[in-house]
Amino acid sequence: MKRVFADLHLRLNVKDSAGTLRVLRKVAERGYGLVGVSLAPETRADEVAGLRSVCGEVGLDFVSRVDLRPRNADELMRQLRRLRRRFEVVSVACESKAVARQAAKDRRVDLLSFPLLDFRRRFFDRAEAELARGGLAGLEVDVKPLLVLEGATRVRLLSWLRREAAVAKSFGVPVVVSSGVSGELLLRKPREMAALGFLFGLDEVSGLDAVSRSPFALVERNRDKLSSGFVAPGVRVVREGRDC
Amino acid sequence: MKRVKRRYLALQLDSDSLPTGKEVIGAVWAAVTKIYGEHGASQTNLSLIDYNLENKTAILRTNLATLNTVRASIATITSIAGKETAVHVTAISGTIKALHQKTKQQTTKKK
Repeated sequence: MKRVFADLHLRLNVKDSAGTLRVLRKVAERGYGLVGVSLAPETRADEVAGLRSVCGEVGLDFVSRVDLRPRNADELMRQLRRLRRRFEVVSVACESKAVARQAAKDRRVDLLSFPLLDFRRRFFDRAEAELARGGLAGLEVDVKPLLVLEGATRVRLLSWLRREAAVAKSFGVPVVVSSGVSGELLLRKPREMAALGFLFGLDEVSGLDAVSRSPFALVERNRDKLSSGFVAPGVRVVREGRDC
Repeated sequence: MKRVKRRYLALQLDSDSLPTGKEVIGAVWAAVTKIYGEHGASQTNLSLIDYNLENKTAILRTNLATLNTVRASIATITSIAGKETAVHVTAISGTIKALHQKTKQQTTKKK
């Protein structure tokens, strides 16, 4: 079966409609079928609907995404309670160990991301992976820093990513490779993203899965959960009425 | 001696400027060297086979064993000769003839 590719992390300025359209066209041209745009928590439903229709025009399936940056575990819980049902993908920037652990075990969190340059705050270790496996969260890797960084910083980042990808693999935590870009020139084709995954130890199949199967599974699961018929995992309303 | 298998890569440059062929292959070499070092770069056996300035397309040749190395390095190129540029691999093949057929198919599909 032909793979459909996804980029779950585009940083677009949604107020600039011409720029947004230009980037989304490029995304479609590059061969993606599904695109996730990072939105602010206060984004209105009509703005989301507008973006969805723009994506539809260029042949992309739009996924609404919110990036949470809580200071502590309580704040994370509050934000999840408030925002989970409004967005299809929830990513948490884990800037403290408490937040990282809480995010990993919470089933409402889809993606875990870690500070790019502050390596002491990259908490994706074996304990985190164990929790993430139970909580169904994936590890998100943005390729933008691999393109813009140079020298020792990139070397250290690659080294950390290699370690984290190996831990994720051994615990069965999905790795999602996204672009994290806002402009067209840093946008890469899906196979190029998979090739960049090769730099931190993903083989060809895992690299391609990180830009197709893993993000798709995540989005599908969430769309199912957000649909009106969903009751609990494995239980859904198939028919309603007096004759049931 | 075992025959060395090669692969040909069709590249498309995404840039507002018009880099020369020398600058393109120089950028690819620089990217491979930066990521894999001189030892890694020496194993790639890279060479520029063709460069079309008008369409901003190029054909590179590399060893099959280092194909992933070269692909990953090409993906990290963000500028050529000081101008912002992205380089995309549009097709890969074992012969130049098949590569041309693949690129032709892609262009007809787009139309």
